[in-house]
Amino acid sequence: MIYTLHVNGDAREVRDAAVGESLLFVLRERLGLMGSKGACEQGECGSCSVLVDGNLVCGCLVLAAGAVGQEITTIEGVAPEGSPSDVQQAFVDAGAVQCGFCTPGLIMAAHALLERSPSPTELEIREELSGNICRCTGYGRIIDAVQRVAVVRRGDA
Amino acid sequence: MSVVVPTSLADALRAVADDPDAIVLAGGTDLMVEFNEGRRRPSSIVAVHRVPELSTWHHDPVAGTLRIGAGVTYDEIERDPIARWVPALSQAARTVGSPQIRHAATIGGNVGTASPAGDGLPVLAALDAVVELTHERGVRLVPFGDFMVGPKRTVRQPGELITAVTVPVLSGYQGYTKVGVRNAMVIATASVALVVRPGAVAIALGSVGPTIIRCHDAEALVSAHADFEACRVSDDVVHEAAELVRAAARPIDDHRSTAAYRRHAVGVLAARLLRRAFQ
Repeated sequence: MIYTLHVNGDAREVRDAAVGESLLFVLRERLGLMGSKGACEQGECGSCSVLVDGNLVCGCLVLAAGAVGQEITTIEGVAPEGSPSDVQQAFVDAGAVQCGFCTPGLIMAAHALLERSPSPTELEIREELSGNICRCTGYGRIIDAVQRVAVVRRGDA
Repeated sequence: MSVVVPTSLADALRAVADDPDAIVLAGGTDLMVEFNEGRRRPSSIVAVHRVPELSTWHHDPVAGTLRIGAGVTYDEIERDPIARWVPALSQAARTVGSPQIRHAATIGGNVGTASPAGDGLPVLAALDAVVELTHERGVRLVPFGDFMVGPKRTVRQPGELITAVTVPVLSGYQGYTKVGVRNAMVIATASVALVVRPGAVAIALGSVGPTIIRCHDAEALVSAHADFEACRVSDDVVHEAAELVRAAARPIDDHRSTAAYRRHAVGVLAARLLRRAFQ
């Protein structure tokens, strides 16, 4: 199959694709966008989290050919290279990155969370990030990073 | 080899009728796992996630019903106003996967997949929900209890599309609860839905049989002995109802749990919901 996906504002042609390929597979293996990570391939770990029409979903559970005509945003599209988004910078500042494998998915989820709820409680953060598994940090510094962004965006800092 | 992505209901019905063997894909949260693991190699797919008519709901206050389009996501069902009209369905929605899963997963997909562990299904069974199956030639309405006939087996015919589920909007207590190996993002090892109507209760079990199981004996016992006016039920009746629930269950041993644990747990969950309803 040949089809075109809209990824991070660009029209990208996908060639020689099989019918059941996931968006995660196409992003990584056909379009060379390696930021979204693949681990469980069954929607449990969240490391492939991307936005489709602004909706946070697992790339591994999206049929790539079904996303034709939809706006796809990956971690590569969150901010220009070299100038991190506020969420990315907060992860660095808070020490929320250890091995880094889960980080792209968590950054996508944190952006989506703050869009929906600009002043989230800790419980809300834990619930909204519950689809992203991190095996290093224990989550404390990730929650800290999200709270820092919320404070700065409100203008309290 | 094709993927069709209809953007109207008419186009979706045409696509399903033209290729009755095509796999109908809604949110993808079950089927994509099977594709990813190579357990299924689809040759043609009709992906219905962009059919606007499927993503709407309609509340009819006169009839006291809510018609939920098959494409409505569990993220939307979790929230108001649907949460207000069908609280047990909202509770079930909240236990489905993660936020990412709920953003994609639809009630139509849950119904169509017909897993005994599907979280929405015991609630639909207890509410006597009606499944709407649409073919180019017409619509048929099937009570949920007749719709699911086995694990992942339904009466949906080739060429038919699940277009909606209709549930009553009730004022009495209703609840859904489940157990799994942990709190977040877990597939139920046993689940129970309880719906209280004036003078009668409905109890439905998930993950403890080949289909969702309604417990008619336990329902009759509670309906006969509960005090619906004072909202009271005796401990003896709760205990006996839990035993009848255990007797109605038909659990199996599998990779997720044992039959013995499931049978025990489903009684505990039913008793817990009865105590919440009649406190």
